[in-house]
Amino acid sequence: MIFASYNNIISPLGFSTKENYEAVSNSVIGVKKIKFPFSEDPFCVAKIDDEQIKQHVKTIENYVSYTKLEQLSILSIQDVIQQSGINPESERTLLIYSTTKGNIDVLENIYKHIDPKRVYLSELGKQLQSFFKFKHTPVILSNACISGILGIIIAKRFIEQGLYDNVLVCGGDILSEFTISGFKSFNALSHEPSKPFDANRVGINLGEAVSTILITNKKELAVPYDTEIVSGASANDANHISGPSRTGDGLYQCLTEILKTNNSEIGFISAHGTATPFNDEMESIAFERAGLTSIPVNSLKGYYGHTLGAAGVLETVLSLESMKHKRLIKSEGYEVQGVSGNITMIEKHEPKTFTAFIKTASGFGGCNAAALFRKVKTV
Amino acid sequence: MNNIISYAHIKNNQVSVNGSVMFQSAHSASVSEFLSEAYKSLELSYPKFHKMDAQCKLGFLCAEFAMRGTAFLTEHELSRTAIVLSNNASSLETDRVHQHSIDDKSNYFPSPAVFVYTLPNITIGELAIKHKITGENAFFVSEKFDADLLVNYTESLMDNVTEAAIVGWVDVDGSNFEAFIFLVEKQKDTNKNAIFKPLNQANIITLYNQTKWTH
Repeated sequence: MIFASYNNIISPLGFSTKENYEAVSNSVIGVKKIKFPFSEDPFCVAKIDDEQIKQHVKTIENYVSYTKLEQLSILSIQDVIQQSGINPESERTLLIYSTTKGNIDVLENIYKHIDPKRVYLSELGKQLQSFFKFKHTPVILSNACISGILGIIIAKRFIEQGLYDNVLVCGGDILSEFTISGFKSFNALSHEPSKPFDANRVGINLGEAVSTILITNKKELAVPYDTEIVSGASANDANHISGPSRTGDGLYQCLTEILKTNNSEIGFISAHGTATPFNDEMESIAFERAGLTSIPVNSLKGYYGHTLGAAGVLETVLSLESMKHKRLIKSEGYEVQGVSGNITMIEKHEPKTFTAFIKTASGFGGCNAAALFRKVKTV
Repeated sequence: MNNIISYAHIKNNQVSVNGSVMFQSAHSASVSEFLSEAYKSLELSYPKFHKMDAQCKLGFLCAEFAMRGTAFLTEHELSRTAIVLSNNASSLETDRVHQHSIDDKSNYFPSPAVFVYTLPNITIGELAIKHKITGENAFFVSEKFDADLLVNYTESLMDNVTEAAIVGWVDVDGSNFEAFIFLVEKQKDTNKNAIFKPLNQANIITLYNQTKWTH
């Protein structure tokens, strides 16, 4: 059995999973209107407060030698290593790092003392390897917006193969002019807080976050949630590089695959829900096709914006917290049904005891992924 | 047991298929000249090719050369065919183009047609679209071609529902480019053009070093 274990979230809503879960369950949102020098009008993003970062990074030895993403990643991974007590130097431990753009801010020349070659993702991996003395070179995964959840699925596969016992999956991306200007050129950004699955949704809020979770086969490390990763799958729409399949083909294929041996009741679905017109529409169709019409759905993008490579890890962690606290998290920003697929949105925080949930994601390049998590029956 | 049934390797302005050089352009040809000549040599008509960035073109061509003359696409469920690629530069070559378009605030022209290629897995998307392949996807970034990672991960997929896979390395960085793609399938003995090498690290490394480049 492969378990989802200790974890951390660093985001505008806090530097620990506890702070983040408390904020979200009190409907605190991390997106704010910010005016950027390169844009005429302000728009909403979820940015981690620079002062907060300064306070936290002081604990890292020689912190000025790391980029912002490296600093946040070190803090996040360190928290999980400390909580779990696993040995990073062990032959049986691996780090999978999921990111879309890594140290892309290095390309913008904003650092004085950082070698320009740090923009290469393998260099980011080397920094983390040497900081934590990982025995193995970190595996870096860059598969658009499914990177986070795919990292968790890959961790499970590697452990099942017998290669490792403990795999840390860290997902991270920062806000940068690079990504903001790119999504803006697509007219995909919302000036106001985003409204996933709502009739008046107009687009994405970009966000930044780093989130880490330990995936393990060690029963004694399953303590935080007693939850296993039952199944995971990815699939490609084979339709368009920047638009999702209108019929939700790739996501439907993932859902069919992960549910084929399922016999437990699903408590809710943590959707991708970016709040773009096409994405949310596609997801609703895939959920309906997979027979999930009555299963409650949320998107956490209303709280965090779209945190790209971090999203799948962060949203998995909050879903585990939701299951532990027996409470469904409201899909922030949703008011009026705005998709054609027949789905059930979570319109308010509500108590619910459940033992399984699905996490999904979809991204550019036509990629989709889904995973099923389930509480282990305790005798 | 999984087999490597065919492979293609592109570097030094040459294309080799199963170890023999099949195409080459002038030693001095630029990346874009080479890609365009190699495309012409395949006598394909695929207008989407011309919209792709260099990395996608390179991956597209290398996969095309590897599949030529095999029955790979017709012998497998396309929903059970995986695409697993890797490189060192991620999408850095196109990242630089996008960054250049936003460096000058008085001449600010980010383009969605460029930005969409600033993710390395778009190469997987282009291959999926061309061949209607809808199986598993993963794009890894490693400093060097990592046979262990690719073989381990492909095997983990083939232990489950995946029955065939397009696997390899597609890297473009400035004037340097290299692609190495191999096709993997579960053991079968019907594919007459297959080279049939068991999938393992040692065989992949041997095939990677097999080609005698002419310059």
